Amino acid sequence: MDLTYSYFPGCTLKTKARDLDVYTRKTAAALGADLVEIENWQCCGGVYPLGSDEVGNKLSSVRALNDAKEHGRDLVTVCSGCFHVLKRVNDDMKNVPDIRDRANRYAQLAEPYQGETRVLHYLEVLRDAVGFDTIRKKTLHPLTGHRIGAYYGCLLLRPSAILEFDDPEDPSVIEEFLEAVGATPVKYQMRNECCGGYRSLEEPAFTNRLVGKIFADAKASGCQELVTACPLCFYNLQKYDGPDKLRVRYISEVLAQALGIDERGEVR
Amino acid sequence: MTKEEANIREEVLLISGCDVSRCMKCGKCSASCPAYDEFDIKPHQFASYIARGDMNALMQSKTIWNCLGCFACVERCPRDVRPGRLIDGVRQAAMRRRGGSHLQPEDIPSRIDPDTPQQLLMSVLRRERK
Repeated sequence: MDLTYSYFPGCTLKTKARDLDVYTRKTAAALGADLVEIENWQCCGGVYPLGSDEVGNKLSSVRALNDAKEHGRDLVTVCSGCFHVLKRVNDDMKNVPDIRDRANRYAQLAEPYQGETRVLHYLEVLRDAVGFDTIRKKTLHPLTGHRIGAYYGCLLLRPSAILEFDDPEDPSVIEEFLEAVGATPVKYQMRNECCGGYRSLEEPAFTNRLVGKIFADAKASGCQELVTACPLCFYNLQKYDGPDKLRVRYISEVLAQALGIDERGEVR
Repeated sequence: MTKEEANIREEVLLISGCDVSRCMKCGKCSASCPAYDEFDIKPHQFASYIARGDMNALMQSKTIWNCLGCFACVERCPRDVRPGRLIDGVRQAAMRRRGGSHLQPEDIPSRIDPDTPQQLLMSVLRRERK
């Protein structure tokens, strides 16, 4: 199977979420997948523009999607926010004629873009292309005895009819991933509830309360640590300063640890 | 309902693409909402406010700025009314009016710290400023 993909890192992975980017690239390489960064990609905007009449704010996603199409590749991203926006814009380009027509008139591409590209989250590449069995075999340092909770949040899961990522009420892909690297996944009720997202800029006390509930539930369920794929969830979880706080890491960092890869990509 | 409210209602229905007549007031949206306590007008009330054209109250509500856009209500609505899209439609209608931007650029520097992710700033700017 050809494991060459167009890769959309997104704005935060170049700076504040550098670990998410670096360990994604290094682990992908170690697992035989080639993530080719899209040239001159532009920020997806962070939130999907919900207005049925909005086109301008979707164009950066359309350009990235079209670039992948022109290279004949699937488009991979690991940031939950980018995944959410790119996949929803792609759905518009495939299924909403008004947006498709107007976006194409703006973008003036060689060929009209009609939603041909497949948008994948890195977790889907690991599960469906690399395979969790391969990861199990290549794990040099299994996380034996680590009781880890998956924190999905909202951007990966909802709306499920469009994102088609996992069961929105009982997701399992991160738990399966954790099992593959030898950890003990712990399911807890609030793993698909919102961390407060962008409200942390204006109302940090509010998001702190929401995150507190998530940590309390995770800890009471037996988690020793949480993993996430979202820089905004990561930030809000890290900022929490109350009881029950647990360690939080990115999924790619946990994978790198299991594969024995350091940030230079060397196997230890 | 004033003429201006009728215009706003039409705009919100267009932006959101929702059919408020489908709502059966079961309250599942409000029960699912993580920001319920931060709302003055609750998610399950939006459909009926819009149905009767009480748009000024919605436009001035705290709800439209406190909604997290987490889509729990949209996912769980048994009638596909999608309350989150209604709330977002009102937010956009408010923001598209002159002086309607919520957060001002000068409000930002004091709220960021060395770890603030770009994703957070981008999301807020996209949602709250035109």
